[in-house]
Amino acid sequence: MPEDYLWVALFLGVGVVFVAGGFIANWVARPSHPSDRKSSTYECGELPIGTSWIQFNVRYYLFALIFVIFDVEVVFLFPWAVVFNQLGLFAFVEMVIFIAILAIGLIYAWRKGILKWV
Amino acid sequence: MEGIGQIITFYILAGIAVISAILVISLRNLVHCVISLALMMLAIAGLYITLFAEFIAMVQILIYIGAVVVLFLFLIMLTLRLTDKDIKQTNEQKGISFILAGLLLFLLVTVLNRTSWNISPEAVVENTTSKIGNLLLTTYVFPFELISVVLLACLIGAIVIARKDKD
Amino acid sequence: MTLSHYLILAAILFAIGTYGALTRRNAIGILLCIEIMLNAVNINLVGFSRYITPNELTGQIFTIFSITIAAAESAVALALIISIYRHVKTVDVDKINLMKW
Repeated sequence: MPEDYLWVALFLGVGVVFVAGGFIANWVARPSHPSDRKSSTYECGELPIGTSWIQFNVRYYLFALIFVIFDVEVVFLFPWAVVFNQLGLFAFVEMVIFIAILAIGLIYAWRKGILKWV
Repeated sequence: MEGIGQIITFYILAGIAVISAILVISLRNLVHCVISLALMMLAIAGLYITLFAEFIAMVQILIYIGAVVVLFLFLIMLTLRLTDKDIKQTNEQKGISFILAGLLLFLLVTVLNRTSWNISPEAVVENTTSKIGNLLLTTYVFPFELISVVLLACLIGAIVIARKDKD
Repeated sequence: MTLSHYLILAAILFAIGTYGALTRRNAIGILLCIEIMLNAVNINLVGFSRYITPNELTGQIFTIFSITIAAAESAVALALIISIYRHVKTVDVDKINLMKW
């Protein structure tokens, strides 16, 4: 079975070589005449204010947090879906309880206005 | 299965994991640290596949690389002033920490070499996903339901802690 | 490939994580090192599952729970760091000494 994943490894290797090869070919072939004007963020017009490392709003974090929780839920849904036909109603009730408990959290977030983008 | 290819795969993946772990503890820019942490987790997912645990490898990629690393990146964007080059990233305990970690490694490796493991000769199970599903919904059904309570507590707790106080 | 290979790799990763957690100044950096240590422990669990109880998958189930708890732990820890940053304006653990006498 792990032999099947050699194709994944091959795919990864080809991907890395493809991107690295593009960068190396670019680096070999391009002329290099750096100047102040060229290295500015927007070459014509706008002057950037500050750097690109700005502080983000905390709302992004709360969305990422809810994403993580439901990502974990999906991980438990996969094996459940695989054996659903063998286990039948019992497994269905268990998963309904599991999702219902997590839904309480989603309702809490909703009522607190986390899901609303201001 | 027990061939030269497997040994080469193990050493390549282990090498990637160790080198990127060293990068995580030594790089100055935290964004680069998080990216090399993702690389380490990818190598460990590959190691899980060599251990016939393909479902665990998928979980590792889905939760760690897909979710936890994203959470770390968001947090770095939220809090740090990374452009300040003079912020020191390490403290003055380097020497003693190195000795301590070295002693820990020495202790672990010594104990591992002295223990005789009860290696089972049975063949490994293929098609682990359905077996894991069966176990989760029968033998381990109580921990499985408890996990949802833990996640609920984590969700509500993190929202309460991270929200601004005023609203 | 034997079980000891995987266990020694896990021990090396755990020692690297310990060193990082002891030397980092930044709270986020410390959490990153704790994630390395958790991953090392999971390698152990999957290795035992493969070599000692290959038919029962106990170690793999434990690993799923461990990964889940690690995700929940990092979510709450990062929320705490946001809260601390809002009050103290730093994530340097040497400067967060509100509970020091």
